Amino acid sequence: MLDLAFTPPAPKVIAGAREDWELVIGMEVHAQVASAAKLFSGAATRFGAEPNSNVSFVDAAMPGMLPVLNEYCIEQAVRTGLGLRATINLTSAFDRKNYFYPDLPQGYQISQLYHPLVGEGEVRVDLAPGVARMVRIERIHVEQDAGKSIHDMDPALSFVDLNRTGVALMEIVSRPDIRGPEEAAAYVTKLRQILRYLGTCDGNMQNGNLRADVNVSICRPGAYERFRETGDHGHLGTRCEIKNMNSMRFIQAAIEYEARRQIAIVEDGGKVVQETRLYDPTKGETRSMRSKEEAHDYRYFPCPDLLPLEIEQAWVDDIAATLPELPDAKKARFVEGYGVTEYDADVLTAEREAADFFEAVAAGRDGKAAANWVINELFGRLNKEALAITDSPVSAGQLGGLIDLIASGEISGKIAKDVFEILWSEGGDPARIVEDRGMRQVTDTGALEAAVDAVIAANPAQVEKARANPKLAGWFVGQVMKATGGKANPQAVNDIVAARLGL
Amino acid sequence: MSDLNDLSISDARDALRRGDFTAAELTAACLTAMEGAGALNAYAHPTPDIAQARAAAADDRLRTGDAPAMCGIPIGIKDLFCTEGVASQAASRILQGFRPPYESTVSRQLRDAGAVMLGKLNMDEFAMGSSNETSVYGPAVNPWKVDDRRLTPGGSSGGSAAAVAAGLCLGATGTDTGGSIRQPAAFTGTVGLKPTYGRCSRWGIVAFASSLDQAGPMTRTVRDAAIMLGAMAGHDPRDSTSADMAVPDFEAALTGDIRGKRIGIPTEYRMDGMPEEIEALWARGADWLRAAGAEVVDISLPHTKYALPAYYVIAPAEASSNLARYDGVRYGHRAALAQGDGITEMYEKTRAEGFGPEVQRRVMVGTYVLSAGFYDAYYNRARKVRTLIKRDFDLAFEAGVDAILTPTTPSAAFGLGEMAQVDPVQMYLNDIFTVPVNMAGLPGIAVPAGMDAQGLPLGLQLIGRPWEEGPLLALADVLETAAGFVSRPGKWW
Repeated sequence: MLDLAFTPPAPKVIAGAREDWELVIGMEVHAQVASAAKLFSGAATRFGAEPNSNVSFVDAAMPGMLPVLNEYCIEQAVRTGLGLRATINLTSAFDRKNYFYPDLPQGYQISQLYHPLVGEGEVRVDLAPGVARMVRIERIHVEQDAGKSIHDMDPALSFVDLNRTGVALMEIVSRPDIRGPEEAAAYVTKLRQILRYLGTCDGNMQNGNLRADVNVSICRPGAYERFRETGDHGHLGTRCEIKNMNSMRFIQAAIEYEARRQIAIVEDGGKVVQETRLYDPTKGETRSMRSKEEAHDYRYFPCPDLLPLEIEQAWVDDIAATLPELPDAKKARFVEGYGVTEYDADVLTAEREAADFFEAVAAGRDGKAAANWVINELFGRLNKEALAITDSPVSAGQLGGLIDLIASGEISGKIAKDVFEILWSEGGDPARIVEDRGMRQVTDTGALEAAVDAVIAANPAQVEKARANPKLAGWFVGQVMKATGGKANPQAVNDIVAARLGL
Repeated sequence: MSDLNDLSISDARDALRRGDFTAAELTAACLTAMEGAGALNAYAHPTPDIAQARAAAADDRLRTGDAPAMCGIPIGIKDLFCTEGVASQAASRILQGFRPPYESTVSRQLRDAGAVMLGKLNMDEFAMGSSNETSVYGPAVNPWKVDDRRLTPGGSSGGSAAAVAAGLCLGATGTDTGGSIRQPAAFTGTVGLKPTYGRCSRWGIVAFASSLDQAGPMTRTVRDAAIMLGAMAGHDPRDSTSADMAVPDFEAALTGDIRGKRIGIPTEYRMDGMPEEIEALWARGADWLRAAGAEVVDISLPHTKYALPAYYVIAPAEASSNLARYDGVRYGHRAALAQGDGITEMYEKTRAEGFGPEVQRRVMVGTYVLSAGFYDAYYNRARKVRTLIKRDFDLAFEAGVDAILTPTTPSAAFGLGEMAQVDPVQMYLNDIFTVPVNMAGLPGIAVPAGMDAQGLPLGLQLIGRPWEEGPLLALADVLETAAGFVSRPGKWW
């Protein structure tokens, strides 16, 4: 795989009252598997259905009901593992994680503690052109989601919606390789991008389809490197886990707050207590949810209702063969093949559909020009109107045609923007629009010379000034453009003005 | 001819096909017998209306000639099986009022084969018990008795065993996690077969210990067990642990010819303090098989003594998790709450009221053995022991043994209430010969083989190779014939 070279960024340093501190962050990202049916039941996963309408007897944990594994969910998790360059464990197993809660009808979550489906992998987290952090993935396991408890519908009663109960999740566990709040957000962004490329998770954070538990600790400069050399967690500080974050902004704010909270404790001579915390976005604070002592004893044990999961290497290979080109490779190819900047390649590859659009525009054309038009005009306009690339009123063919008109000199860049506007609001064939509306660029030298001469003749004072200060020649160009309704070839006008003024 | 309700399934099947009587008449005989047997407390929920409707449907099928073996045969269903629209509460208060909107695979297969459900049978609560005394319905009573002592029919399938022994049905479903089919069969002079784990679907059966639970038939003859198993067994895609294996014609396996079969007698089952009459019966059983042409050899199953302790770690561990769903949130019993009670109080009160003492004991034991810090010492160790027990059997079979002969229980039926004051472990010892079979996932069958000095039935157990219920039934058939056990309890109820 072709990847762009990079160097790792410096870790974020926070100056405490007494000394400098670094952050060490590990994440557990829960990604809802994109599948029509739940992990162990045939019930639908559709979001936004009437409460308790997507619930099978299995999901409701009726007596005697048994889980049956949805093979497609496993395929999706394998695909995800392959996309994160991870090892796929041909034998894995499901365990029960036991705890009582009304939105967990079985009284246990079926998960994979002892033998996860996916082993070690890695994610390249791009932070700036040429700067990236390689974050190691420890494991990915497949598990059931819980339902939803609703406490604000009635003053005295709580309600439970089991629609989400049993939906398949992938828990993607990173190593503590993330070194700052921005990196954490960039890591989630990158994971989300890869998952969306793979089609294994829609990445919709608002609906809770992608959410993160963030483990944060602080350490003195140098300690992290000793941890990496020795693997000894003793070099790191005590971590706190911030649960259930579903916004990039909150992830950063929570980490920032949590790091400063821990620094203040340590600098005051205290000790950070290992615990689970929640982020309160209105106050911008984390607060304790439960301490280590209060932590549930989940009494994990192998789920006796399910046999160990055995998959075949050939099946994994088949999935690998259908893997799409992933962001890192695509980005590298865009830089190499189209000559676009790494920054532009980043923008172009953020979404698979956008990258495909770009490639359709760039095919047989100048890559840079295509990138320019796609990013600045099209993406800019789409963003402004909150439209997705798939909803773009201007097709790749139309945009390509427009670029061709510029390349052949038939229209200027400025006119092209007008044509783009017409394409956006009215549609049509760009060449036809230019033709029908008389927007073709004037390159006839005779006509241009006449226009230049007319402007010079009418403005003797300006001529004097321009001869003294050649920078003012641009004013004449502007006047000529105005006089020709913008259709004059600006370069040609420029040349004629310079010649006539003797510059 | 004896009363219709006392017929064997095979005889009734043949008679129904001949048109000697109708399924409706046969069912009516059973329903009448049930009405007069309240003292046995075998049926927790009789379903006479369903029985009559299904009998009528069976008669229609019999008339058209589309009559599988179980067509028109009246049976009882253990309360552990979920039956559509019919109370299914695992003999527990916590499932009071629960009527499942679905039918367990095994009972559905029986229904589809034309069997007539007479009602739901008493059992130990959540199948946890060996005497039927943990039932919320009160104990089923053994139709066998000594003087005026009321005896246990065993457990947990005590209602099934009592009903079969007393002629309140022609056969019954049971489930067996550590001996719950075979021990009651032995106590009531009936036949009880626990199939290979995975032979019958667990779908729709209230789970006790999922890796050990297995449904099986309880009948008056070995042939009946073969017939009924044929209707109960089969692959079910809704149970991942159900085996995708063809179901052979078990009845056809009853050839009467067991010449050349090797029968193992495990040394380790010779327990200190085992009653002499049981020892003698065991030896007699070996003689009968030898006389029929089998070869009897001593074998060793060295890890046998660890089976019971390991079982009482694994089964409660799984149960503690399986029973977590009974929380009062969605179905069954929910405790009345006081002002200010929250979800924790709801759980605690509901489960304290809903579960009886034995279930609570096992949930607590199971929770304990899975807790952080104890998991390796108990649960993991028990799993390793289980592997060793299974290997003991594997080695014996590899060495050429076809089946293993043991007593079914260390004693005959005991009196109801007699175990109430003793250590629960005394009760657990009832399962000493049956538990290893569940731990290894093997088929085992209890065959009535004799009487003790008080005139109570005693059983022998045959343990077979995995998936070889056919050959196992063939041996059991020969054993049954040789034993000539034809006694029925005198009707006192």
